[in-house]
Amino acid sequence: MRHDFIDRYSRLESPVHALDPRAKAIALFAVIIACVTTPANVWWPYAIYAALVLIIANASRLPFSYLLTRMLVVAPFVLVVAVCVPFMHGAGPTYDLGVFSVTQGGLLVLWNVAAKALISVSCLILLSSTTEFADLMHGFERLHVPQFFTTVAAFMYRYIFIIIDEAERMKRARDSRNFRGRWLWHIKVIGHMVASLFLRSQERAERVYQAMSARGFDGSFPRWKETHMHAPDWAFMGIITATALAGRLVVLWK
Amino acid sequence: MIPFAREYAISITDLEYSYPDGTKALRGVDLKIRRNETVAIMGPNGAGKSTLALHFNGILTGSSGKVEVMGIEVNKKNMRKVRDIVGLVFQDPDDQLFSPTVREDVAFGPLNQRLSPERVDHAVSRALAWVGMEGSEQRSPHHMSFGEKKRISVATVLAMDPEVLVMDEPVANMDPRGRRAFLELIKVLEGTKIIVTHDLGMARELCDRVVLMDKGLIVADGRPSATLSDEVLLEKHGLI
Repeated sequence: MRHDFIDRYSRLESPVHALDPRAKAIALFAVIIACVTTPANVWWPYAIYAALVLIIANASRLPFSYLLTRMLVVAPFVLVVAVCVPFMHGAGPTYDLGVFSVTQGGLLVLWNVAAKALISVSCLILLSSTTEFADLMHGFERLHVPQFFTTVAAFMYRYIFIIIDEAERMKRARDSRNFRGRWLWHIKVIGHMVASLFLRSQERAERVYQAMSARGFDGSFPRWKETHMHAPDWAFMGIITATALAGRLVVLWK
Repeated sequence: MIPFAREYAISITDLEYSYPDGTKALRGVDLKIRRNETVAIMGPNGAGKSTLALHFNGILTGSSGKVEVMGIEVNKKNMRKVRDIVGLVFQDPDDQLFSPTVREDVAFGPLNQRLSPERVDHAVSRALAWVGMEGSEQRSPHHMSFGEKKRISVATVLAMDPEVLVMDEPVANMDPRGRRAFLELIKVLEGTKIIVTHDLGMARELCDRVVLMDKGLIVADGRPSATLSDEVLLEKHGLI
């Protein structure tokens, strides 16, 4: 079975793809941090962050339709907040919308969540879609992210699709025997499937570890890939980080 | 002259092994495999073939008995040396290949051997050339076909330059063309080769010797022409 990898556009060629993963990681995390710490009642810094995201997205030559689809992951969270807005009692004038009314404070919360979520998630999508996963993990390691985290992430990336395949095969075998998991009493069958998936994964983990030990693995991952930051990497990192932080700091001074 | 101890690639004396749940998988196995021999280990499911294979480089260690590899006893102290000598190719390539790229996976063993970066690169390209997968360094193993994954699995072990190559069901689940190509590949590899398999045709074609196992014991050991034409024996142990 074929799957969409989270880094399926990471082999495109563009100025953004060519950058060192460390430069991209630092610059985009700077935008995220600046964004999530900016107070919601000033809107123009958000315009700066959004502009940065749009500029990078445009330079990366990623299809916009792809970016938009990926951004939908934040929709449920924003939706939950949106549903709650009429029940929030915030400051400011109240707007009557017929059956319910909303306060300006409530809308501000919605705007806050939506803007921050969208910008942060776009940054992460840009990072993961313009960098091959392996390079990204190496980049994080070079930034002294503990190897434990990068290793767990790398294994997850490698094996999640195998687990999805296994689940899919189980589901097919189950459905060919005319199972319709619609009712509450079917929950037992689903529970068994989850349990058996868990056991299979654990057994696989055991075998993977054996195969690694057979090749002399002793608990520490060897490294050998060395990359260097060049002028464009420094420039990208400097300009993006500086712009994002400038937007954030000006708000602070006012 | 080769010193006596190094005459055998693998020397196993009275090996017993029980799984944690108490199931006896090996009940006193004696096996000596000469250097540069190609040996098939055959037998029905649950005979203990794979369990035995896991003892060749100390992934499992028996509750009693002795395993020697090139005259070196397999124990905690010698583990690194033993795993440099014995390469193990697992049955499911998805167990063997865990890295995001082929290059990293093939380099994993050589890096654990603490080779210099240049020698690692050299070992990677040499191993990939051996299995006919040159130029696939940057590909992701998950995107590959089963046959390709299998080849890469072998490359990850060949990159460590083992003197003894152990393969668990190397051609199971392969289509006939893939199987054929794989047999040709195994044929040209040098050194001691131990193949765990159900495939009678492969054993006949590749091996100098067939070791037949059942219920944790070796029940027959001899030339393929003799062992594999004994229909009563094969039928008794579930191979036909």
